Amino acid sequence: MKRLIGLTLIALFAFLVVPAYSAESGTPAPLMLAQAATTEAPAAPAETPPPKVDTGDTAWILCSAALVMLMTPALGLFYGGMVRRKNVLGTLMQSFVALGIVTIEWVIIGYSMSFGPDVGGLIGDLSWLGLNGVGLEPNADYAATIPHQAFMVFQMMFAIITPALISGAIAERIKFSSYIVFIALWALLIYNPIAHWVWGVGGWIRNLGALDFAGGLVVHISSGVSALAAALYLGKRKGYGKELMAPHNLTMTITGAAILWFGWFGFNAGSALTAGGLAVSAFVVTHIASAAAALAWMFAEWSHRGKPTALGVASGAVVGLVAITPASGFVSPMSAIIIGAVGGLICYTAVSLKPRFGYDDSLDVVGVHAVGGTWGALATGLFASKLINPAGGDGLFFGNPGQLGIQAITILAAWVYSFAVSMVILKVIDMVMGLRASEEEEAEGLDLSQHGETGYMLDSFSGKGSMEEHSPHSKPVYASTSTPAPAQR
Amino acid sequence: MVKIEAVIKPFRLTEVQEALLAIGIQGMTVLEVKGFGRQKGHVELYRGAEYRVDFVPKLLIIVVVQDALAEVAVDAISKAAYTGKIGDGKIFLSKVDDVMRIRTREVGVEAV
Repeated sequence: MKRLIGLTLIALFAFLVVPAYSAESGTPAPLMLAQAATTEAPAAPAETPPPKVDTGDTAWILCSAALVMLMTPALGLFYGGMVRRKNVLGTLMQSFVALGIVTIEWVIIGYSMSFGPDVGGLIGDLSWLGLNGVGLEPNADYAATIPHQAFMVFQMMFAIITPALISGAIAERIKFSSYIVFIALWALLIYNPIAHWVWGVGGWIRNLGALDFAGGLVVHISSGVSALAAALYLGKRKGYGKELMAPHNLTMTITGAAILWFGWFGFNAGSALTAGGLAVSAFVVTHIASAAAALAWMFAEWSHRGKPTALGVASGAVVGLVAITPASGFVSPMSAIIIGAVGGLICYTAVSLKPRFGYDDSLDVVGVHAVGGTWGALATGLFASKLINPAGGDGLFFGNPGQLGIQAITILAAWVYSFAVSMVILKVIDMVMGLRASEEEEAEGLDLSQHGETGYMLDSFSGKGSMEEHSPHSKPVYASTSTPAPAQR
Repeated sequence: MVKIEAVIKPFRLTEVQEALLAIGIQGMTVLEVKGFGRQKGHVELYRGAEYRVDFVPKLLIIVVVQDALAEVAVDAISKAAYTGKIGDGKIFLSKVDDVMRIRTREVGVEAV
């Protein structure tokens, strides 16, 4: 009976949306853009007027950069609430430290590799090493109306959050030292090349005409697939499947999801790189897709499992945001409902099926980012319309089946590259320094074993606690010596 | 002197407290515990993973009384904590060797 109600609701939903959709697709969207939209899309305007800084655009991009920056600690909260209490700080750290590591990597070499002058369609050269030549004059190739450094710092925030996403798949069991080496190498060898392919001038995916407005390939598929590799390589948490490993603080998780939704306005609408109609369009569809996906997940779970969960609504919202990311500058509001709702259903199914595959993707990074990002990139090939963004493209439903093919090829390329190179990176790090925390460290929790800290000291008593002279190299306080555990379990 | 340890359902605390007060027992120690006997736990649902949680929240009430009051106290507690449904709890009795009141250093029955 419950399933019937749920299915009926979803069907009603579809009946409401489809007529609205077909009605609106016939008329040009109200935001027929007069301005030449400088987007992440491949088409470049023919004439190049001397770049002039627009204060509105610049203000919006700086705001967007700040919004996306906040998404990284928000991700930490989202993940942190889902792990066990003994790992909350370790999990937060894995997001937070990315701010440090990737920032430095980006300004020294990453930006140049990603967006610098092209070499063979595969990577940017080192002309912009140390931000050499990246000043306050606009760079007409990428964003003609904002200072170059604004574009650089905006893109930096994407580079920062992307590797942090992977931490969810390997939660509660990776050594911190190995983790920071991993994300540094991942940024260099996976993020930068893929960003160049998709968004860099001369990048082969860009030249192929693939549409990725804000990072379906670059951010979600790359991190989601790498998460799969990492989860497979590291193996399951000790006790997985037998012990209760329930979220310890879902209030933190919901808070994180809320801030992620908020920040995503910067992620998607900021990718318009201008403060005008395109940004508005991206803003609107981002919000709609998230709402639709949250509802879809909620109703699916309600009818499938009997109760709607807070974690489900939050997860659904994130899935919608993931799915709309590549499409956000190319699709209409009604398309966004479908992209979000279908994404919610697909990812709910993926997450529900995960136990059958047997790997421990602790926080469902694969189900949300790899699957959600793949759906979003394909959906872009279905729903993209030049009525929304003349500088974009048309998808299958707007008379251009070729786009779907291009999307599919580039999705496959991102999948294969991310998986393969991640495996190599993981293997190398494992050989050099070990990847996984020892059994004792894992049992004790990352907070104490990796960081010497406790997340919550909620007892009102602590007993004797004296401040002692502590040598940084004194042995950790374990009963027995901890040895690095073999990575494969 | 007898130590009475009663595991009860948390929402019966007020009733138990009042019942003990009514027979002249004013002091008690209460701990939050988890446990199970015949009561089944519950199922929690996180992202499609169903977890059976066996442990059920309970309260452990500890009172120490003079021997003469023990039976009355057990009777009062059991009636106050009773709901008739599985999981009402158990009461354990044990002998206490001695008791001291810290403020006055009284020992024995005076200190109970």
